[in-house]
Amino acid sequence: MEFFVIFMSALLVNNFVLSYFLGICPFVGVSNRLDSAFSMGMAVTFVMSLAAVVSWAIYNLVLVKYGLEFLEIVSFILVIASLVQLVEMFIRRMSPVLYQTLGIYLPLITTNCAILGVALLAVLKQYTFAETVVFSVGAGLGFTLAIVVMAGIREELDAADVPAPFRGAGITFITAGILALTFMGFSGLVR
Amino acid sequence: MGSVVAAIMTMGAIGLFFSVIISVAYQKLKVEVDPRVEEILDVLPGANCGACGYPGCANYADAIVKGAPVNRCSVGGMEVAEAIARIMGVSAEPMVRKVARVRCRGDRERAVWISEYVGIQSCAAAHLAAGGGKLCNYGCLGFGDCERACPFGAIRVNERGVAEVDENVCIGCGLCVQTCPRGIITLEPVDKRVLVFCVSQDSGKVAKKACKVACIGCGLCAKKSPDAIVVENNCARVVDADKVTDESIEKCPTGAIVRLGSRN
Repeated sequence: MEFFVIFMSALLVNNFVLSYFLGICPFVGVSNRLDSAFSMGMAVTFVMSLAAVVSWAIYNLVLVKYGLEFLEIVSFILVIASLVQLVEMFIRRMSPVLYQTLGIYLPLITTNCAILGVALLAVLKQYTFAETVVFSVGAGLGFTLAIVVMAGIREELDAADVPAPFRGAGITFITAGILALTFMGFSGLVR
Repeated sequence: MGSVVAAIMTMGAIGLFFSVIISVAYQKLKVEVDPRVEEILDVLPGANCGACGYPGCANYADAIVKGAPVNRCSVGGMEVAEAIARIMGVSAEPMVRKVARVRCRGDRERAVWISEYVGIQSCAAAHLAAGGGKLCNYGCLGFGDCERACPFGAIRVNERGVAEVDENVCIGCGLCVQTCPRGIITLEPVDKRVLVFCVSQDSGKVAKKACKVACIGCGLCAKKSPDAIVVENNCARVVDADKVTDESIEKCPTGAIVRLGSRN
C-alpha cells in the first residue's frame, strides 16, 4: 500500500513538472509534437529511474559508510551525466531520426533539475531501495504524462486562432500554467 | 585529512567505473560517420547563419555528403564552394550572389507620420500597435529589428530613419528578410541594378498621400519597358533589370523606381 501511495504521489499529486516546476526546459522545448514528446518522456523516465537507483546505491552503500555525505550532489551529477551519455549513444545508434528530433534537449537531460531532484528527494526522504525504484519510476511517468498532455494541447493550438501577441512562447506558458492549476486538483489525494 | 583522501578516492572510483562503461558502450554503439563530413565542417566558415537553407553548418555538411549542392554557402563564397567540391570530387557551379534590398525609401521627410509612437522600440511591436505612427501601412518603420538581426552588420537604419543595406558587407543570409514584420526586405541578385523601392499595395491616391516616393501603380514604367516590369496590387516590380529603359526611370512620377549606381 505504501508503494502505491508513493507512486501516485510522484505521478499526480506532486508531479515533478507541474507541482515542483522542475524539468521545465524539455517540457516546453520538446512538447510541440506528440511523438517526440513521448520519446523524450521515455528517455527521461529511463534516466530518472536508473539515476535515482544508482545514486541511492552510491549514497547509502558508499558515501554514508565512509562519512562522505557531502559528496552527495557531486557524485549524483557524475552518475546522471554518465547515464545521459549512454542514453545519447544508444539513441544515436538506434534511431538517428529521433536523435535529430530531440537535438540539443537530449544532452540537456543532464542538467535537468528534475532528475537531480528525484535522486536528492529519494535520499532525503530516506526511502528504501524498493521505495526509490517506485518513486523514480512514478516521477518519470509523471513527467511523461505532463509532457504528453502538453504536446496534445499544443498540437491542437497549432490549428487554433491564437491572437498574434500570444503566439509561440506566450500561449505555451499560459497553457502550462493552466495545466499546473488543473493538477492542483489532485492535492489531498495523498496525505 | 582522512576524509579528503577518502573523498578523492571515492569520486575517482565512481569516475573510473563509469568511464569503463562509457568506453565499452562507445565501441559497441558506434555510428558510422562519413569522414568527409569532418573535412567539410573544417572548410565551412562556422557562422551557423542558415543562409544555405540548413540549420547550422553541421547540418549543411551532412546534407552535402548526401548530395546537396556545394555552392550554397553565401558567407564562404566561391572559395568555400570550390574547397567543398574538391572534397566531394564534384565541380562547383558559379554562385549568383544575392544581397538584401530594403524596398522602401519613405523616411522621415518623404513619408507622412500621423502620430507619435511611444512604446517598445521595435518594428514588430510598432507594427502590431496600429502601424507605429506611419501613415503608410507597408513602409519601413525604422526601429531597427533588421539591424539587430543581422550577424554581419550589413543593414543599418540610416540618419533619415529607414533601413539601408551595405551591399559590400551583405552576404545574403536572409535573416533580415525573416525579421522584417512588413516583408519590405527581399533578396535580389547583386547585379540587379534597377529596383522599385516600394512595396505599398495601397491605391495610387492613398499611397501618394502617405509618401512622396511611393509607387502609385500607374504602370508608366511598365509601358516604357515591356516584359521588364510587372504591376501587381497597385505596385510595380522589376522582373528583368537589364531590359528596363532609362525612359521608365525618368517617367516615374514619384521616383519610386531607381537605378542603383555601379558596384564598387
